[in-house]
Amino acid sequence: MTRILIVAEHDGSKLNPSTAKCVSCARGLDAEGIDIAVFANGGDDIAAQAARIDGVDRVLQIDRRENAAPLAAVLAPQIAALAEKYSHVLGPSTTFGKDVLPRAAALLGVGQVSDIMAIEGPRTFKRPIYAGNAIVTVEAPGDGVLVATVRIASFEAAGEAGAADIEKKTLDVELPAHTRYVELRSDRSDRPDLQTATRVISGGRALGSGENFDILYRLADKLGAAVGASRAAVDAGYVPNDMQVGQTGKIIAPELYIAVGISGAIQHLTGIKDAGTIVAINKDADAPIFEVADIGLVGNLFDIVPELEKLIGDRV
Amino acid sequence: MQKIMVCLKRVVDYNVRIRVRPDGSGVITEGVKMSINPFDEIALEEALRIRERGEAKEVLVVSIGASQTQQQLRTGLAMGADRAILVEESDAVGPLTAARAFLALIEKEKPELVILGKQAIDDDNNQTGQMLAALWDRPQATFASKLELAGNQATVTREVDAGLEVIEFDLPAVVTTDLRLNEPRYVKLPEIMKAKRKPLDMTTLADLGVERAGSLRTLSCEAPTARGKGVMVENAQALVKMLQQRGLLS
Repeated sequence: MTRILIVAEHDGSKLNPSTAKCVSCARGLDAEGIDIAVFANGGDDIAAQAARIDGVDRVLQIDRRENAAPLAAVLAPQIAALAEKYSHVLGPSTTFGKDVLPRAAALLGVGQVSDIMAIEGPRTFKRPIYAGNAIVTVEAPGDGVLVATVRIASFEAAGEAGAADIEKKTLDVELPAHTRYVELRSDRSDRPDLQTATRVISGGRALGSGENFDILYRLADKLGAAVGASRAAVDAGYVPNDMQVGQTGKIIAPELYIAVGISGAIQHLTGIKDAGTIVAINKDADAPIFEVADIGLVGNLFDIVPELEKLIGDRV
Repeated sequence: MQKIMVCLKRVVDYNVRIRVRPDGSGVITEGVKMSINPFDEIALEEALRIRERGEAKEVLVVSIGASQTQQQLRTGLAMGADRAILVEESDAVGPLTAARAFLALIEKEKPELVILGKQAIDDDNNQTGQMLAALWDRPQATFASKLELAGNQATVTREVDAGLEVIEFDLPAVVTTDLRLNEPRYVKLPEIMKAKRKPLDMTTLADLGVERAGSLRTLSCEAPTARGKGVMVENAQALVKMLQQRGLLS
């Protein structure tokens, strides 16, 4: 019997869209039941958001002081305690899920399938290896609980017309005190979230400075787009790490991706393979980014980007 | 602290263009350059810097793999590690089995800190450090871009999707590295000569009393579907027009 538990990702008040993408993956497994676990400290709002996702049967709300911050050492034993009743435990392949799920899997004495990109059977999945340069079909062994992370760029978010039951739960699990959350440093902006935006503009080292990213922000605001960056631009200190798109940054799947001054290292291309349309703007006609771009434009970005901004105006 | 243990994996060098075998059984690894997993190299660099600051006495490098993995451990010794241990296994080892083997080495060697890469660039699993911390029942600090030690505590800045997260934890613990933690040093020729005389011990999973965990079975391997060839446009106006034609701009 296929019963699936999904570990919700949230920031303490809002459910992350990665959760609804995990639900889509779970629905592909022909489950008899899909439950979402919300670990929080006062998670009423988050549980209510989770309950609206289509296809969800129950939301388990586990409120506990220790669950105020997403510490793997604290969450993993609770996930393991819940897992007994399920055939599958899923979480998003975001930094949250990558941190927590393997720890839970090890406590359960099972391996993990990382980055599910397609379902081939109840225990058979496709996943990328070598930065997406090869795709393997893997089968998980045995009858134990199957723990996996879901590559969120591969699944559409499930809809929000559901009305699942919310069940408050208390787990009798002893939690460690050896790890303490200090803070999250985040440049909050009003722009769309990079991982869920339908349009993304990214800048590379050719931007030359953090200040020069302003021309991208202005164009992004006209388009309602999120702004990302290549690893080279992050390493050069132009923009913070949370803007990095690529193998070691964020893997994204917007409808429109505009790469500005990005040469297109394989590590970057890994992060944008699932984009609908890729536009590349680069002064080097031989840049590898043009090999994957649907539309290419060779020229000086400092001329082209402001011109685009003017041309697009308010027509979007 | 007395000892830092660094776990290294032998992988296809990151500059090699990966090719899938025609029979779909995996990727071609014969005759290609093999190296230390880049994230593990960063882990070793961090351990060496801690020792060089006088905050640790010994850096031990360990690996699991075929006999040739001694080459990567020798490179680790040439970078500056004091000692190496290879758990020799010719068959591939999954993350849970690797974590069990590293735990067995921890029980023998009693390091106060274990550092390893957040993921290996071959399987991209991103699991071993977290599993090791779970089995050891100790803290984990994954995706570290900064590591500070103070007595028997550590503070790590983690690269997470929302920004930079800071956590504080008690030692012993497991830290996994992200790219911006440091830039590994280059190995100099005299160090390579010197490394030949450093101790490299051999053991096996059986010697360590480690049972293999059930691992994923690879049924097939294929190249990713390539994107179709794109078109070039002359200027910004033509680009806007094309985006409109494709319904991406109104």
